[in-house]
Amino acid sequence: MNQDQLPPKDVELAVKMMLDSMTKALTNNQRIEIRGFGSFCLHYRAPRIGRNPKSGTTVELPGKYVPHFKPGKELRERVNASLTKA
Amino acid sequence: MSALTKADIAEMLYEELGLNKREAKEIVESFFEEIRSALEANQQVKLSSFGNFDLRDKCSRPGRNPKTGEEIPITARRVVTFKPGQKLKAKVESYVGTE
Repeated sequence: MNQDQLPPKDVELAVKMMLDSMTKALTNNQRIEIRGFGSFCLHYRAPRIGRNPKSGTTVELPGKYVPHFKPGKELRERVNASLTKA
Repeated sequence: MSALTKADIAEMLYEELGLNKREAKEIVESFFEEIRSALEANQQVKLSSFGNFDLRDKCSRPGRNPKTGEEIPITARRVVTFKPGQKLKAKVESYVGTE
């Protein structure tokens, strides 16, 4: 990152804190919306009966939440444009 | 609960890291721009303990306008996918909400 004014140590800490705050938001099922980048939210996965592929025994898997990312318009367009440029 | 935004993240850096408001805003902006630029350069982005942003090239395929039923080809494209890391998945998995 081009941060001429800030010492690398501060940038490193800032990046860690940004990722932590995003993780914390998702942990509380709070959406993240970054204009031009994308949005993060949680998707629910219903409980299901799974199977241990080695032993073949069935296991009950409870419902759970998984993180989901939807790319924003600018990110989508820039990434897709790189396909034709390359 | 309203969504977390760049403004919220900048405010957090201002309060907790003692950056001034302009610096905080700039670093948040350049963080996301750095990821976008890498992806635009067809480079995968790995953020330890958060997740990976991967790129996938999709072939063109026949599509359909769901309203009219008209057939339209979907062009070949490059898309971004996010694969959450183990740590993030584990933290989020056990969320028991009211919604």
